[in-house]
Amino acid sequence: MNCKGVIREISNYIDGDLDPVVQQELERHLGHCEDCTMIVDQTRKSIKILCDSRPVALSTDVRARLHTALRRKINNDPS
Amino acid sequence: MFGAIFSGKSAPELVVWRPLRFVSAPNPHPLPSSVVREDEPQLVASARAGDAAACEELVARYEDKIFRLTSNITGNREDAEDAMQDAFLKAFAHLEGFHGESRFYTWLVRIAANEALMRLRKRRPNHFSLDQPIEGDSDLMPRELEEWSPNPEQLYAKSEIDTIVSTFVEQLEDEYRIVLVLRDVEELSTQETAAALGISISAVKSRLVRARLKLREKLSRHFRQGAPN
Repeated sequence: MNCKGVIREISNYIDGDLDPVVQQELERHLGHCEDCTMIVDQTRKSIKILCDSRPVALSTDVRARLHTALRRKINNDPS
Repeated sequence: MFGAIFSGKSAPELVVWRPLRFVSAPNPHPLPSSVVREDEPQLVASARAGDAAACEELVARYEDKIFRLTSNITGNREDAEDAMQDAFLKAFAHLEGFHGESRFYTWLVRIAANEALMRLRKRRPNHFSLDQPIEGDSDLMPRELEEWSPNPEQLYAKSEIDTIVSTFVEQLEDEYRIVLVLRDVEELSTQETAAALGISISAVKSRLVRARLKLREKLSRHFRQGAPN
């Protein structure tokens, strides 16, 4: 496998979604390619940073407005 | 049922709105979602049986996350609020039809994603396509090939990293952002993402690899520049 093949399969590799033979080929390439190893590591890290990011909490005003609307609709109150 | 629950003087208040703690996965993969807590099936069963406190807990537990999802998809605050509201309303209205084939949160995410997508399409008709094949792979090759040194965690406070990531996600094209958010933020599986968006698994994968690489490029460009000013 060459660098292009690694990049094409990087997502499947990170997800553990590769055929074992293909995975072995990919890891053999990583064994001697520093750039691809770095890209895999940084992509994995990017996903982790994204996954760990916290949602911005709803402001009190927005939360209250939404809940009022929610209750009004649930109670079928058009006001 | 919910009319009965939330109307009437004796009905308990719907809102005892507690701050939601975002439960992140220490290892984002394998999927599916780790945001779901073990008591969810019992809560849903209680909600379906008319327990207002259980409904209350479900809303409190997921509203921030659902709002983030609808915000991430629509990129518009007003649409995000409407989509979130309608998603909860539809979920409650159809709770009788939810039989636990998937997790409640996954089911709710699908409803919310659909509500958000409808609004995005209304705002940007013919502007993006989630299922058109992507020709070639010349756009895949990374350009940024420098180490992040020192690590972002050593350079930035957590809240700053959150802001940086949020900005970069916002800048992604719709078709990449939506798939990335469902897969890596909401932690839906590839199959669940495909089902939620009504597209093929291969369409999800081709967009996901590009979205992840684009995010890496953006973060690399940012973090390799060193410490913030």
